Formats: sequence, structure tokens, C-alpha cells
Amino acid sequence: MRTVAALLFALLLAYAAAPVMAADMPLQFKDPAMQQRYEQLLGKLRCLVCQNETLAVSEADLAQDLRGEIYHMMANGKSNKQITDYLVARYGDFVLYDPPLKRSTWLLWFGPFLLLLIAVVIMIRFIRSRRTAEDGAPRSLDRDRLSRLLREQGGRH
Amino acid sequence: MTRYVLPLIVFAGLVALFMVGLQHDPSKVPSPLINKPLPKFVLPTVHAPDKVVASTDLQGQVTLLNVWASWCVSCRYEHPVLMTMAHQDNVRIVGYDYKDTRDAALQWLKQRGDPYSMVLFDKKGKAAIDLGVYGVPETYVLDRHGIIRYKRIGPITPDFLDKTLRPIIKRLKEKES
Repeated sequence: MRTVAALLFALLLAYAAAPVMAADMPLQFKDPAMQQRYEQLLGKLRCLVCQNETLAVSEADLAQDLRGEIYHMMANGKSNKQITDYLVARYGDFVLYDPPLKRSTWLLWFGPFLLLLIAVVIMIRFIRSRRTAEDGAPRSLDRDRLSRLLREQGGRH
Repeated sequence: MTRYVLPLIVFAGLVALFMVGLQHDPSKVPSPLINKPLPKFVLPTVHAPDKVVASTDLQGQVTLLNVWASWCVSCRYEHPVLMTMAHQDNVRIVGYDYKDTRDAALQWLKQRGDPYSMVLFDKKGKAAIDLGVYGVPETYVLDRHGIIRYKRIGPITPDFLDKTLRPIIKRLKEKES
């Protein structure tokens, strides 16, 4: 009986705590254009705690703090660039889902094209070598052998 | 001959690449604050709510700034190592209590010992955003001028202390003397 009462009390407490959680609701702009900009910006930023999530969807504590920070910066008229610069200064380029083009990311951006170029060169060389092999083939066969081969084939039919 | 050797070389290259790549921990994001001054902050301490400490107060000697919290599980493993350092290593350790309550923090220090010369108290974790803190524990190594020279993400293990942290502290101290 006592445990039941305790459980009920715990349940009551849980419900009592619910409004406190509601106060933690995501911040929203009244202006739909601002809200859209806010959501788009959050969608381009990585949460550092759970790295495969954007700041828009992450439930991590830090993500919530950063959402609040970005919200206030936007409300204070900061541009998207100012906000991303602010985050990059603290957490590095890693917060950006779109890595910026600079010397240390050249390999990242151009690496695939470099691989494609290498693949094309290898392919061209391969095709060329086969073509020269085909061109040279009939010349290297001598007539006697050819007619012998043809005779053998003819015999089988 | 190259026909057989070349793919083998390419394969060996890939294996080497993957071996290096797999040893990197993607959860450890390099801090852009390395070799930059400690960001400015003014924070109270855990022990004295009325007293405030500015980031510039950490200048003057090689200092470890150790970000921790009483709710942090890895901090429990790290704490004995910090206690060892407080006894054996001649380096100032400043604590940074992150998103915590004063009571829990004081309780922790009472139970496990206090390796810190002081413990900054960042209840909301707002100043920690400027530091680029994204998990606890994290430890910053500051030189005498308050420049961040190294950042450890995750607990200081005995192995890390011997192989990495002590040499860094030694190097920084030698440079200054």
C-alpha cells in the first residue's frame, strides 16, 4: 500500500514538473520570415555533442544553449555571417556542415575531381594499349598457321 | 611486373591511410583557440559567491584550467589524477565548474578532495560557450601570459599525464624561465 502511495506521489510530481518543462519550449520568432531564417541557419550548423545532428534537431544541452544564443543574436540584428563567424571562432569549421573553401580543405573539395582525372588517364592508357595490341595481332600471325587453324576449324564442322 | 606490384602498393597505401584515420577520434574536435588568449570572462567561485575572478587573473604562471561538473561521470575517473598532480606537480590547477549547483560541487570537493587553487562557477554555462566547451571534462593548458597552448578533451588519464601533459607543462615552464 505504501509503495502504491509513493508511486502515485511520484506520478503527481512528474505531472507537476511538466509545466516547468513547457517553459523550456523552443524559442520562436513571431515574424515568419525571421523564423524561417532561424530554422535554415540552425539546419546548417552541426551539434558538437551528437555530431550527426544539426543544431535544429539536437536535444543535447549545449545545442539548446546555442539555439538560445543564436536566437538572441538574431533578435539583436546580427547577420547570418556574424553568427556563423561567432561559432567558428569558438568551435572551428567543424560546426559548419558546408566546409569553407580554403587551403586546408582543398583536398576535400578537389580530391574527388583529382581521382576522376587519374581514373580517366588510366582508362585512356588502357584503351590505347588494347587498340595497339589489336592492330598488331594479325601481323604477328603467319599465314601457314592461320590456314592450319582455319582448316582445323573447318574439319570440326 | 608493375601489373602485380602497383595494385599491391595502392592497397598498402589505403591500409596505411585507414589505419591513421581510424585512430583519430572524431568526437575530439580541435579547438580554434589554441595559441590564442583565454577568452574574457568574469565568474564567481564555488567557494565565494560574492568574489569574482576575471580571466586575466589566471595569468602569471603556467595554469591548468580544468572544466568539470559533479554530474559528470568521467570526472570521477579524472579526479584522482588531478589529486596526484596537486601533490606532485608544481603547477596551478584552476577548476571550472560547469552547469552545476554550488552544493553538489562543494559536496564533491569535500568527499574527493580539492586539487584546485580556486574553482570558477559557471552555473548556466554561458561563459563556457566562449571557451568552446562542448563536453566535460575538458582541460586547457595556459602559459604565463594566459595564452591557451593545449586543450585536452576528455579525462586526464595517468597515461596521458605521463606521456603528454607533463612534457607540455615542462616545456612551457622552461620557455619562460
